[in-house]
Amino acid sequence: MGSPAVLFATNQKSQSSDHLSCLMEARGVGLVLGGRRILRDVDLRIEPGQITTIIGPNGAGKTSLLRVLLGLVPPTEGVLHRRRGLRIGYMPQRIVVDEILPITVRRFLSLGRRLPRQRLQDVLREVGVGRLLDQPVQSVSGGEMQRILLARALLREPHLLVLDEPAQGVDVSGQGEVFQLIAALRDRYGCGVLMVSHELHLVMAAADSVVCLNRHVCCTGHPEVVSRDPAYRRLFGDSMPPGVAFYPHHHDHHHDLRGNILPESAPEGAPVHGEDNDD
Amino acid sequence: MDAFILRALLGGLAVALVAGPLGSFMVWRRMAYFGDTLAHSALLGVALGFLMGISVNLSVILVCMALAAALVVLQRQRRLASDTLLGILAHSALSLGLVAIAFLETVRIDLMAYLFGDILAVSWVDLGWILGGGAVALLALVGIWRPLLAATVHEDLARVEGVPVTAVGIAFMMLIALVIAVAMKVVGVLLITSLMIIPAAAARRLSRTPEQMAALASLLGCLAVTAGLWGSWNWDTPAGPSIVVAAAGIFLLMLAVPVDWMRRRGDPERSEA
Repeated sequence: MGSPAVLFATNQKSQSSDHLSCLMEARGVGLVLGGRRILRDVDLRIEPGQITTIIGPNGAGKTSLLRVLLGLVPPTEGVLHRRRGLRIGYMPQRIVVDEILPITVRRFLSLGRRLPRQRLQDVLREVGVGRLLDQPVQSVSGGEMQRILLARALLREPHLLVLDEPAQGVDVSGQGEVFQLIAALRDRYGCGVLMVSHELHLVMAAADSVVCLNRHVCCTGHPEVVSRDPAYRRLFGDSMPPGVAFYPHHHDHHHDLRGNILPESAPEGAPVHGEDNDD
Repeated sequence: MDAFILRALLGGLAVALVAGPLGSFMVWRRMAYFGDTLAHSALLGVALGFLMGISVNLSVILVCMALAAALVVLQRQRRLASDTLLGILAHSALSLGLVAIAFLETVRIDLMAYLFGDILAVSWVDLGWILGGGAVALLALVGIWRPLLAATVHEDLARVEGVPVTAVGIAFMMLIALVIAVAMKVVGVLLITSLMIIPAAAARRLSRTPEQMAALASLLGCLAVTAGLWGSWNWDTPAGPSIVVAAAGIFLLMLAVPVDWMRRRGDPERSEA
């Protein structure tokens, strides 16, 4: 798919702009890593106070796009604009702090900058894990760690919260709670939210805008609009049973239960699989 | 007390003091083998120092730093796995050093002293290098402590939060190079990393914060130096290896500390999570 848009010189891939109405804007962003094309011609705008969600099948480049937007990986093509002075709170996917490094939750939260104990306690309570302040980081569960990471992101008083699979490692009943929490935090802090998620049905309910990604942007817009879009239906099928996050998608390849790509000869109708979390 | 024992003790304690926090970061960042590689290259620095007629301490610092810089560049290219790269460089550098020393016809070098240390032969000048280099390394480490710790816990998170991750990482490598150069006299190039790694690993189970572990590692290192020198004096054993044996003994003792003590405030039900 050739891009009709102007290809910007790569040496201006990240710029701060004074006159940007949105928080961040990507135009024609492409990414090639190790000779493999990961992203192609991605246009994206992140609006203040809005929840933007990136959805897509495994290997669609969701996390890669997030890393480009965060400035962790320079894009191969295209240009990124950030509002000047934009403060980002980032919640990465699944952190494991090595057992050899002794560190409490409290210390983990103040790695960015020194903060009074009460402030740390308050923000932990806000995300629902107030009792963990003095625990070693290695002793908390996966779901608790997700909330601690959210707390660390909030401590930066961000203009934009970037969340990579925020409900990962949380059981199904807790997932709805996580997205409610995110929506509530958006209302309280007035920040924009950009997240990547697999939990389709929950994401659709919580998002203001959905970006359906499969190496390029398939469709984008309000969740209602996107869910009726043929491109979206091609990716995720057209029925979304409430409360169950299966997503059959019809593609040029199939996956087995562990997310490995199967040979072309896989039987028709086979690729109905659960929420695999690899990406 | 004889002056040479006093110099040995002062030099050893100074090295142990700076090796504690530096070694803790090496353990946290999984850089033990990196330190070993730098140390192996120190011998090449010794040879070059003699060849060019400059201070051996200085030439070792320069060679270690050059190798650290080369490693950063090579690792960034990702052509080879990190451990393969380190394995190649460590042994090539060591062998190159040995070959270079063989070419030195006018100087006779006590190879054993450089490989395993000769702490009892530490001169006042050597002691000056150890104290000066150690103080510089310690102060610099304190200076980059917060950003380095943030980058160690999670690199991407630190980067998004504005930490100059690459810069503090390189600064840390340079500090390792500096300490290896000045500490070489005490335990030698083959044993120097052990003085950084073993006390840090021993300190882990008694610590709840990074700073506690760093301080405790210094303390245990000083203990190992004192015990090792004492043993060497009494039983006429080689000083450098005796210090390392003492450190290993302390590490084993620490293994006996019950894990529960470490997590005494932890919730027992979730402590294995």
